[in-house]
Amino acid sequence: MSGERKVAMGRRYKFSASHRLHNAALSAEENREIYGKCNNPEGHGHNYVLEVLVSGPVDAATGMIANLADLDAYVQRHVLDDYDHKSFNEDVAAFRKIVPTTENVCVDIFERLKNFSQATLERVRVEETGNNTFEYAGDANEEPSL
Amino acid sequence: MVLLTRKIEFSAAHRYDNPAFSPEENRRVFGKCNNAHGHGHNYTLEVTVAGEPNAATGMVLDLKDLKDLLEREIMQRMDHRNLNVEVPELAGKIPTCENIALVIWDLLEPKIPAGRLHRVRLYESDDLFADCYRATAAHGNGNAQQGSAVKQ
Repeated sequence: MSGERKVAMGRRYKFSASHRLHNAALSAEENREIYGKCNNPEGHGHNYVLEVLVSGPVDAATGMIANLADLDAYVQRHVLDDYDHKSFNEDVAAFRKIVPTTENVCVDIFERLKNFSQATLERVRVEETGNNTFEYAGDANEEPSL
Repeated sequence: MVLLTRKIEFSAAHRYDNPAFSPEENRRVFGKCNNAHGHGHNYTLEVTVAGEPNAATGMVLDLKDLKDLLEREIMQRMDHRNLNVEVPELAGKIPTCENIALVIWDLLEPKIPAGRLHRVRLYESDDLFADCYRATAAHGNGNAQQGSAVKQ
């Protein structure tokens, strides 16, 4: 028997943004020591990849968990419009007080998307570069995801 | 527990069209995917099996057995086929990534030769995939109680 199984849909988006990792509460030396190149005073940027995973029952009439065009529009309005071709430090309110590491970016994105009405937001995953990937699944999740 | 993943690729045609909808409704709901003559994708399927490595072989399962299973159950059924008309398991269903992943799970799950099926991930393109996995497995926030589990 197959037992209970669950379906989720993953969708990937791209955005480009700049940031500087700097904590004003630390000394200039400490900032350089902790953040290295990422503390460069004039900032730097990345081409980020955002992966959004939503789950829910598959609608028998459409075969879909959620309408892709609606999910795309939601992500566009709640994340990409604010993030793409922006400076995290200067242009995104959440990062006026916290350092725009990609860990914190994941949490901010999760908060922005968690009220999507057509499906349950399972997880967001952000690739800062091909070598650095971060994931956040909300406070409820204590297990690492696959 | 160790997870082992095997990847295969297949190419298939499909069309999203619900005969219960009007033509306008089909175009509105499914957009380009409603194109009358269908379209196709190069699908990438990742099959993940969970288990303990056998003490004698060091393997969770023999990869050759998994490869043969995927060839028999998936490649022969779906590769270079029209998913709407040539795959009986999808008859009457819209062949979305979600539904194909569910069908693949149901085809493979009882036949995994050792260990147990942990996850099926089906990419329709680099930017879109569906996961099918055990509702009890740790995955995302694990909110299986939120009505998103599908009872077999």
